[in-house]
Amino acid sequence: MSFLSSFSLQPVTLGRVIKISLLLLLLFLTVSIISLFAGAADITLPIVIRDLLPLGAEGHKALSPSEKSILFSIRLPRVILAGLVGAALSISGVVFQALLRNPLADPYILGISAGSAVGAVTGILLGAEALILGIPGMAFLGAILAVLVVFGIAGTGRRLETSTLLLTGVMVNAFFSAVILFVFSISDNLQLQRAIYWTMGDLSLADDQAIIYAGFFLFAGMAFIYKYARFLNILAMGEDTALQLGIPAGKTKIILLTAASLVTAAAVAASGTIGFIGLIIPHILRLIVGPDHRILLPAAFLCGGAFLVFADTMARCLVSPAELPVGVITALCGAPYFLALLRRRLSS
Amino acid sequence: MTLLQSENIGFRYDGPWVLRRVSFNIGEGSFVGILGPNGSGKSTLLKIMDGILTPREGRATMDGRDIGTMSRRDIARRAAVVPQDYTGIFTFTAREIVLMGRSPHLDPWSFEGKRDHEIVSRVMAQTDTQGFADRSLDQLSGGERQRVLIARALAQEPRVMLLDEPTAFLDIRHQVEIMNILKLLNKEEGLTVLAVTHDINLASLYCDRIILLNGGTIHAEGPPAEVMTADNIEAVYGLPVVSGSHELTGRPVIMPRME
Repeated sequence: MSFLSSFSLQPVTLGRVIKISLLLLLLFLTVSIISLFAGAADITLPIVIRDLLPLGAEGHKALSPSEKSILFSIRLPRVILAGLVGAALSISGVVFQALLRNPLADPYILGISAGSAVGAVTGILLGAEALILGIPGMAFLGAILAVLVVFGIAGTGRRLETSTLLLTGVMVNAFFSAVILFVFSISDNLQLQRAIYWTMGDLSLADDQAIIYAGFFLFAGMAFIYKYARFLNILAMGEDTALQLGIPAGKTKIILLTAASLVTAAAVAASGTIGFIGLIIPHILRLIVGPDHRILLPAAFLCGGAFLVFADTMARCLVSPAELPVGVITALCGAPYFLALLRRRLSS
Repeated sequence: MTLLQSENIGFRYDGPWVLRRVSFNIGEGSFVGILGPNGSGKSTLLKIMDGILTPREGRATMDGRDIGTMSRRDIARRAAVVPQDYTGIFTFTAREIVLMGRSPHLDPWSFEGKRDHEIVSRVMAQTDTQGFADRSLDQLSGGERQRVLIARALAQEPRVMLLDEPTAFLDIRHQVEIMNILKLLNKEEGLTVLAVTHDINLASLYCDRIILLNGGTIHAEGPPAEVMTADNIEAVYGLPVVSGSHELTGRPVIMPRME
């Protein structure tokens, strides 16, 4: 612990941000490569390298067409999407925690993911898939609706107490779950059968379109959020303090909330409601890199991605050849972590 | 020269008036205390003078400019606020908190430069906070935290410091420590101080001028010797008191009558 905290005490400079980001990028790439080669089909890295390099070594085992297809059409898109979704949920957790001034805030716990899911499912029901950005757009509307409810209850500038946060989250989730079940029950749309998986979070639907949408909104949202990374440090001390330190708090908050909702919606539209990443990753990283958002945001981005790639690999391999929705894995890790955190906060 | 001016200010939320017909000038380099019972509008007045609340009537000016027309950044470069206590949730170190005081001088996405670090070192020396610069705020005592918040305000390089009961949670030694730091900055650097306080006697001892509020209007205003009379205090707080004088400074001292 003393090693961790001495590490986080160094002043935050651009050099340090780059250094830590590169380090974590390496972690992300390592996890991704391991994930690419984990699974039922026996494909190993040397085989792929030999196959890709036109060395023409005698008698080497080349990839069969079906192995190629597993690797590049199934596993690779899935690893990429897991990386994008994990990064998205992790940074939106960071933003909600700073703005609600409660480290237990997370898009899943607050019901913002459920709001997105309602938007997306309603979109499918209404045939919005025919429109460009129809589903992500509806997911965004759902997320904004949930954010308005949560922040309406938190009030402007006040700190959201843990008990209020949890009660709000439970109620928002209960309401949106009911809406989803309602939509399922009145529809015999085949798409909706698929969408049931969303309620638990699932990455097996990864395709090019999902990746492009999720990637675009994630990077666009992150750009807006990161621009105000320093302001997040100050906004976490409350709206009055932010105003006193020269920050147009109201305007900045609206920009950040919109960006975080967009990022959450992009993740949910692609993969459903995967929980707890936005809680676990930022919490661990604050202990390691410190609470400054200029370094926390890129770190959460990369580690969130790496974590979900890892969790999805578990989801694919644990009960192979069957597989679990990845949300089961993150909830199995995340819910006990959350309870342990909650207990510590309540006892202090 | 007038730094802050309140011209016939009136303010209310949705209900009754919280402030009415409040006018005063705060000269550059003065040390002014705002006194008054709970609910007399002290904190509201301070928020108006920092532009966080906008008066319904009259106007507040800073440097001759209507505060309502100034950007938050403009205001924060001139006026710094010291709150009652640290309100953050994350474990920033004392130095990181003080560095945040440089915010009004920085662009949104940026890192503090050499000059910012120099200013932070200087203000941490002035507030005697270097000893725990690398400790996180939740490990500090109330008095230490308060000095860090004063350092943060100083890092803004303000001309006026607005304090909302800066010593509310401190014992008498730490209260005096804070007031001494403020007095020193006031005398040596010409920093203007406007402090809301509940401590009548400390205000009497340290302030050049006292604004005594009652029910949202100014009951009395002037040097402590004129304002801090038993009659004024009795009228405003509804408490029978006796007044005496401080042995060394001759400033008024007010004590409950205790009959």
